[in-house]
Amino acid sequence: MSDVVIRAENLGKKYVIGHQAEDGRYVTLRDALMRNVRSMWHKTKDLMHGNGIVQGDNLEEVWALRDVNFEIRQGEVMGIIGRNGAGKSTLLKILSRITEPTEGRVSVKGRIASLLEVGTGFHPELTGRENMFLNGAILGMRRDEIRCKFDEIVAFAEIEKFLDTPVKRYSSGMYVRLAFAVSAHLEQEILIVDEVLAVGDSIFQKKCLGKMGQVAKQGRTVLLVSHNMGAVRALCQRGVLLSEGRVLASGPIGDLVDAYVHRSQGIETFKPRVNDTSYILGCQTKHTDGSSTSTFFTNEEIHITMRYQNRQRIDGLRCGFRISKVDGTVLACFTPEDASVITPKAIGEHVARAVIPKNTLLKGSHQISFTVWNGVTNEIYDDVDAIAEFTMEAAREQAYLSEFSRPGLFQVSAEWSVSRESLPEGQAAKRLAKVL
Amino acid sequence: MMQPTSTAQDFIIIEAGRTEKNYWADLWRYRELFLILAWRDVSVRYKQTIIGAAWAVVRPFLTMVVFTVIFGRIAALPSDGAPYALMVFTAMLPWSLFSTALGEASNSLIGNERLISKVYFPRLIIPTATVVTAFVDFLISFVILLGLMVYYRFVPSWNILFLPLFILMALLASLGPGLWITALNVKYRDFRYVIPFLVQFGLYISPVGFSSSIIPEKWRLLYSLNPIVGVIDGFRWSILGSKSSIYWPSFASSIAVISGFLCFGIREFRKTERTFADLI
Repeated sequence: MSDVVIRAENLGKKYVIGHQAEDGRYVTLRDALMRNVRSMWHKTKDLMHGNGIVQGDNLEEVWALRDVNFEIRQGEVMGIIGRNGAGKSTLLKILSRITEPTEGRVSVKGRIASLLEVGTGFHPELTGRENMFLNGAILGMRRDEIRCKFDEIVAFAEIEKFLDTPVKRYSSGMYVRLAFAVSAHLEQEILIVDEVLAVGDSIFQKKCLGKMGQVAKQGRTVLLVSHNMGAVRALCQRGVLLSEGRVLASGPIGDLVDAYVHRSQGIETFKPRVNDTSYILGCQTKHTDGSSTSTFFTNEEIHITMRYQNRQRIDGLRCGFRISKVDGTVLACFTPEDASVITPKAIGEHVARAVIPKNTLLKGSHQISFTVWNGVTNEIYDDVDAIAEFTMEAAREQAYLSEFSRPGLFQVSAEWSVSRESLPEGQAAKRLAKVL
Repeated sequence: MMQPTSTAQDFIIIEAGRTEKNYWADLWRYRELFLILAWRDVSVRYKQTIIGAAWAVVRPFLTMVVFTVIFGRIAALPSDGAPYALMVFTAMLPWSLFSTALGEASNSLIGNERLISKVYFPRLIIPTATVVTAFVDFLISFVILLGLMVYYRFVPSWNILFLPLFILMALLASLGPGLWITALNVKYRDFRYVIPFLVQFGLYISPVGFSSSIIPEKWRLLYSLNPIVGVIDGFRWSILGSKSSIYWPSFASSIAVISGFLCFGIREFRKTERTFADLI
């Protein structure tokens, strides 16, 4: 297969990290001093052997990547997805030759441009114009290439007026726009992009996505790492799903995004705050089939299960939850009484289940806060803010970009009928006459 | 829009411990980055200062005044016939060229941490580009030398044509240890504190404030193991001409030490280069 541009075989990367011994609370000054002397002795030994200094005294080997195999063909847009710490960034670093693998190999055909960050090498003291050339050169562009695209880049970044202002005086938005504009005009055959899309305001993000799509259409190979499943789905054809440094699956991007979304688990680390009236035990978000998750598609139902414990019989007990955005904006509150269900007030553990209908919440992160209180006296027995979090992802069948640009807090299904207006003949003429 | 399809030279293999065969070709390919980084360092150097590039003039000038007073007047050391101030300054020039270049190069990698952890390019570019800054400083302070020559009505001999050679020698002398220390600096930050100390120390053990001819003959060869001795002697010979004679065995040993250090520095740098991004 001659059109394979990147082939990774048994790729692995090992890091040695150090951490403090568990027993180590400095009890006495003597202990602390001894410890410092010991660590200095270890460091000197490291220096003698030419090893790097590792902070901490217990060494641990961590494989950030192990047995990674994949191929990318010419003109493909490949997405790399996985949770934080799955090894995505390490993989990109190896591919862009910043660090070298511990084992295995990668063969690459063609020039690589890697955008692991926007504005690499920007110097705050230099002007926008100067930084364009600097950043371009760092990313592997020649001076005449940049000169030739200068106007295009400036227009894309929308910073014409501030070209000769030092970038330290830029607003963060301008800074990011300029940085992305330079990278968007690279001409290398292979582009490696890490989370670059997560910058700027939504309008600029859209513009960036458009540019990325355009790049892909020119037959160049793109490797994209992103947490934005919508972007990944819209731009990529194939993907690799990483988990704990290993390839969990690879193939068509749609299946991978589904697999990724369904692997995410709900949070279950909550510790109840026991009292002798009524208190909250926990809260989980689940799919329709009952499996716990913290990621939903917008066209899925969200099943919420809450448990609380009554230590005594409480007349007028109510339970309920509110859904808010991560910034704290409350979207709505829910109680069983809304559906004419009475909150059980007997002693013991109770489970309340609620289903949020599909196509209600929009893409983004949401939080559930759970409360038990007295509906008569308004006394609050327990209230846990952000007891569970979940993320809504754009549904597969909804076009990404229209989803992306849909403003608002949530979605309400309206009844619609759209048809051509047809009036009796005379009436139409009359109305026209009135307008004229 | 598309670049010409990739050629054989664009085929690379990334593997553990693989020393790239085309490293030096790569270095050449990235020459534009070298220029632009050098230009960045130069143009940023005196930003947001009041007297700007005059700093490159003030510092060596004041040191020269102090040395002339202490060594020339108070200690009354011989100056081989040239005005004492002129003799001190011809040594001040290569010394500050050497020490600035060494200082800048040694801190260059940790100063460019972001670049190293985010983009690939032959890392050798970073320390070598900073040396250019030192060279620009040198050119600026060269103006003082011209001023002194006019003041003392001193006409240099034809030897001055060899000056570029000694400038190069000073740069290479700083680059060798600079490369080594900047690579060590990535691993052990201790070296950041060693350099200013060494530089301060070196100013007094090198023949900056005095002529190397006052060193007893039998120690002279040992003395010139300090590579800067040869450079300073060379400077004095080419600028002051016949008034200052060059001591060839010592000069040869300086050249040997400089090239030895340079090879060692490059080798150490290349050896650890691949791990920079992990350690920095």
